[in-house]
Amino acid sequence: MVEWTAAERRHVEAVWSKIDIDVCGPLALQRCLIVYPWTQRYFGSFGDLSTDAAIMGNPKVAQHGVVALTGLRTALDHMDEIKSTYAALSVLHSEKLHVDPDNFRLLCECLTIVIAGKMGKKLSPDMQAAWQKYLCAVVSALGRQYH
Amino acid sequence: MLSKREKELIIEIWTRLTPVADRIGAEALLRMFTSYPGTKTYFSHMDITPRSAHLLSLGQKIVLALAEGSKDIANLMTSLAPLQTYHAYQLRIQPNNFKLFSHCMIVTLACFMGDRFTPSSHAAMDKYLSAFSAVLGEKFR
Repeated sequence: MVEWTAAERRHVEAVWSKIDIDVCGPLALQRCLIVYPWTQRYFGSFGDLSTDAAIMGNPKVAQHGVVALTGLRTALDHMDEIKSTYAALSVLHSEKLHVDPDNFRLLCECLTIVIAGKMGKKLSPDMQAAWQKYLCAVVSALGRQYH
Repeated sequence: MLSKREKELIIEIWTRLTPVADRIGAEALLRMFTSYPGTKTYFSHMDITPRSAHLLSLGQKIVLALAEGSKDIANLMTSLAPLQTYHAYQLRIQPNNFKLFSHCMIVTLACFMGDRFTPSSHAAMDKYLSAFSAVLGEKFR
């Protein structure tokens, strides 16, 4: 189980309070598909991803960004049982979607960059560290059921 | 592979940051030390507390080296040769740490530039920092 200090819990809650899932979800997924183009491999059915503009304007990408970020938020209400919270999603991503789990880390990095852009200096080094610890815990839980 | 446009974006960004090189570099280092405490082990001989003279001076050196390298990316292997030797044989920094620093530099750029740090700027900078890190780590083995 992940050990959280009171300060870390506060930092993670503070970051979530600044996130509009409908805005940040799409931005994070669009950024991931642009910065790490190999991640486009999982979205063949999403239509036009051929240019940055196409990705930014693609409604399926935007919609899926919201789904993914909503999923990431689940852990906030289950900080002391993250592994079990994501067990089913881990099985889904491994056995049905066949997503290379290292790509979860890339999406989370892009999300952190989007949040950094929105929060500017308010994303202090300590908040960044706590936030990244949260994302690491979720990424680890999502990768756990792969075998 | 960096396109012509990406090279222009990279130069634009570093040119804008050169006047505040010390602050940007120090912030990236501080974020790295906070998120990845293992990286502090290389600096036990320095005062790396926030806003320390050491941190600002080191931050400035790093950002100026990144800015200089961006002016002639095709010749990084030549221009970085002295720094390659220094990092490999004297500092002997575990090369994975270059990735950790690059990530924190990108977070710092995003905080500083807000919306102007567009996905294409991010992609260009990520590629440049990866290339820079790869060249820096060339002599390690």
